[in-house]
Amino acid sequence: MIRKKRFIDYAFDSFNYVFLTVLAITCLYPLVFVLFASVSEPTQLIQQQGVLLRPLGFTLEGYKLAFKNPNILIGYGNTLLYVIVGTSASVFFTALAGYVFSRKRLKYTKFFMYGIVFTMFFNGGLIPFFLLMKNIGLYDKRLLMILNGMIWTWNLIIMKTSFGQIPDSLEESARVDGANDWTILFKIILPLSKPVVAVMVLFYSVGRWNEWFMSMILLKDRAKFPLQLILREILIVNDKNTMLAGANLSAESTDMYRQLLQYSTIIIATLPILFIYPFIQKHFVKGVMIGSIKG
Amino acid sequence: MVSIKHVALRKTKKYSFQDFIKEIKRYKTIYIMLIPVALYYLIFHYGPMYGLVISFKDFSPRLGVMGSEWVGLKHFQSFFSSYYAWRVIRNTFLISVLDIALGFPAPILLALLLNEIHKKVFKRTIQTITYLPHFISMVVICGILKDFLGRDGAINDILNFLGFARDNYLQNPDLFRGIYVGSGIWQGVGYGSIIYLAAISGIDQALYEAATIDGAGRFKKIFHVTIPGILPTIIILFILRVGNTMTVGFEKIMLLYSPVTYETADVISTFVYRMGLEQMKFSYSAAIGLFNSVINFILLLAANKISKRFSETSLW
Repeated sequence: MIRKKRFIDYAFDSFNYVFLTVLAITCLYPLVFVLFASVSEPTQLIQQQGVLLRPLGFTLEGYKLAFKNPNILIGYGNTLLYVIVGTSASVFFTALAGYVFSRKRLKYTKFFMYGIVFTMFFNGGLIPFFLLMKNIGLYDKRLLMILNGMIWTWNLIIMKTSFGQIPDSLEESARVDGANDWTILFKIILPLSKPVVAVMVLFYSVGRWNEWFMSMILLKDRAKFPLQLILREILIVNDKNTMLAGANLSAESTDMYRQLLQYSTIIIATLPILFIYPFIQKHFVKGVMIGSIKG
Repeated sequence: MVSIKHVALRKTKKYSFQDFIKEIKRYKTIYIMLIPVALYYLIFHYGPMYGLVISFKDFSPRLGVMGSEWVGLKHFQSFFSSYYAWRVIRNTFLISVLDIALGFPAPILLALLLNEIHKKVFKRTIQTITYLPHFISMVVICGILKDFLGRDGAINDILNFLGFARDNYLQNPDLFRGIYVGSGIWQGVGYGSIIYLAAISGIDQALYEAATIDGAGRFKKIFHVTIPGILPTIIILFILRVGNTMTVGFEKIMLLYSPVTYETADVISTFVYRMGLEQMKFSYSAAIGLFNSVINFILLLAANKISKRFSETSLW
């Protein structure tokens, strides 16, 4: 009896380890492939069959092309602007909302919260949103990229829950010392909520870094395009003009370098996330867990 | 009598209004803080809801939402009598149901498997790697998919080596749903498992000890302690997922589909996009969007109600 059980245990464990290892490789390999391919010699890459286990030769030509490409550079700059300004605005206003709704002072708090949570389940849809943006003059404006999606309701709930856990007595004693709401929020609540703020910064900045659809339908001026939109032209639409802007290539090398450029831009666009990922991973986990308190 | 009553009524009314003013004055800062938040929700969330009235009008940009002429259910009728209605509704449902059937349980399974790993370093490494694809942008993910699934892509190379003919898999309508759901699992399974792992870590250890004393083996513990322990989390997430049945991964479909695959890939939201923003049929596509939102909302309410009745777990 005992022996048999042990055998099942061993079998299960071995299966589990093998299965999870295969899964992890599947998740990681596509990126590793792109990384290897982005530094491979294009002549060898074209003949390559199947998987890459190491770079074929070595060249930084793809990266050079990418960094000479005005489309990519402008997109990169715009994305940085939208991420920095947008994330700051998002975190600031989410904190305000979280504070207002966690402090039970406001009358009709429930009414406001219902009104806000309702928007998670019902919305006006794409067309009315598009027309509204045109009507209020945000169409093709940089400000749009900051204001649109400024507060994510889910994040607001996380913030409200977390602020609500800070004991009222702290606030009361500060009030006795003459502190007003701004002081309480910025000098007491926020410093005590650093983990949550970190989570908010990360959620919002990744969201804004990866955003493309709203900019696609609401921005017309290429000078305002974020990186993802340029990437879409390079990777999905296969737009040669976008890809090879700023490069002087002969007809035959054009085709060769297109692929290389695609791989390099993937890496360039993903690099910031890959770079900060090890540092942020535990925060993301924390954020999801804080979110799960609310269910 | 009447006049006294009247006076009394007015008095209370006046009193409460003063009270209200007093309260606003007293908590001035809180109300100031509320203003930007309220404005944001009014403009960006409730504004479009108001704009939905154009579903019942013939919207012309010149006349505006208010000035356009009412046409009743014309746009709904023309949608439901079109060839596309059945196609996009069918595709939306099929993709969503397939995704619920396969994509929803995947993170639960992963969490259960990860929970059985006792080597901390191994567990952490697997987690770190499987969370990663979630953070890569949809454009990049779809770019990689296009590259891998293309005629000269890595997957074709492997299948060709195994004796299959080369094909551009993204151009094949029969494969679209499978690719959609499969890549969704690939991208989201790790991140999705976090919430279940959190729920598992919240289970009282005494339950496991009691089960061990009762002679429960590993599998019995999984089925009688772990799964019941995370069931409320599963149910809540399931309700939320069902409430989004009609909103299948719009961004990914937008990036991956093409006229060749519309037959199986075109869903309500992509159809709304094309009708509204490419063909400028604003009212028509707003009506389809409204239909979509209403169905979603009904599904959410239904799932919540059913869950409340059978499991006492619900969103509200």
